[in-house]
Amino acid sequence: MTDRGKDRFTKKVYARPKSLVDVKSHFCPGCHHGIAHRILAETIDHFGLREQTVGVACVGCAVFLYDYIDVDVAEAPHGRAPAVATGVKRAQPDKFVFTYQGDGDLAAIGTSEVIHAANRGENITVLFVNNTTYGMTGGQMAPTTMLGQKTSTSPYGRDFRKDGYPIKMAELLATLEGTAYSARVATSTPAQIRKAKEAVKKAFEMQIKEMGFSIVEFLSTCPTNWGMKPLDAQKRVLGEMSEYFPLGVYKERKQADFL
Amino acid sequence: MQEAAKKGAAAAPKGRIEIDFERCKACELCVPACPKNCIEMGRRINAGGFAAAVFARPEDCTGCAICAESCPDVCIEVWR
Ligand SMILES: Cc1ncc(C[n+]2csc(CCOP(=O)(O)OP(=O)(O)O)c2C)c(N)n1
Ligand code: SF4
Ligand code: SF4
Ligand code: SF4
Repeated sequence: MTDRGKDRFTKKVYARPKSLVDVKSHFCPGCHHGIAHRILAETIDHFGLREQTVGVACVGCAVFLYDYIDVDVAEAPHGRAPAVATGVKRAQPDKFVFTYQGDGDLAAIGTSEVIHAANRGENITVLFVNNTTYGMTGGQMAPTTMLGQKTSTSPYGRDFRKDGYPIKMAELLATLEGTAYSARVATSTPAQIRKAKEAVKKAFEMQIKEMGFSIVEFLSTCPTNWGMKPLDAQKRVLGEMSEYFPLGVYKERKQADFL
Repeated sequence: MQEAAKKGAAAAPKGRIEIDFERCKACELCVPACPKNCIEMGRRINAGGFAAAVFARPEDCTGCAICAESCPDVCIEVWR
């Protein structure tokens, strides 16, 4: 970018975080993956962890994490990021290790991996982006899909009699002893974005203080597969999605009292 | 003259943003995010085919950076 703004106003108060590579993302217009990536990069910068971090990418629209976040990244098979992260963290406990996963990845094919990583109290941090659908593959129904939501595999809307209920991962993982921190945030208003950043910082701190497993669930958007304009997609998050998936902190360990 | 100077002072911006024309995907999320209503969607089309957002009312900008924090494509830089 140019430095035109510097003419009169000399102090740059907002710039791209250092850990976010300066390239155009492949995400669709208005997709909140971009916001979650930026919050992640800002938090890595905040703690000065860029040279000590290993990320584990998922399969899904966030698969290109290694192109965007300027840290070492391992690519895990679909859903297996928490298992790969377990290996990385156990082999190199001095590294900061995070996974970044979609809801098809974490709450469907990878349900077992995330539950057992949390239950073992693995000292890793999980960023979980819930957009109620399989974004990358064309908008199929996920376990997080809302009741009545039409997707390419639930053309008449999700029906609990056939498909069960949308799964609440932040609440579910909070029940496990090994979980130190579990929160659900959204990024559909400026205030929510700031709160989300605070939650990600808390989750990072849990790992830094060796308190155990931490997870932040983002209520995200998929304007493309929802068939909505980005602003309408945000309204959906603020409306029906946060009604069913309440925002909040579901668990926050205050001290290492689990020994 | 004095009147005009006063007016000018009242409308003096406290900050300034720059929107990366080529990076913008015209998602419009920054438009309602700005509390001062400084941003509008433009008409000029970038290489990606998007009619990028424009800093239409710089006189009201406070440099709060809320627009930048709301942009999923990190297109906005802010100076104060
Ligand atoms: C073992 C395996 N099964 C299925 C797929 C196909 N696949 C690729 S991405 C994806 C779903 C991703 O959805 P989600 O995790 O919600 O992420 P999003 O794209 O919405 O961000 C699936 C099923 C795969 N790559 N590997
Ligand atoms: S398909 Fe959906 S989740 Fe994937 S980049 Fe596009 S909007 Fe985002
Ligand atoms: S810095 Fe604040 S006032 Fe200026 S354009 Fe951005 S949101 Fe609006
Ligand atoms: S939020 Fe960013 S990408 Fe979207 S219209 Fe505004 S500047 Fe463009």
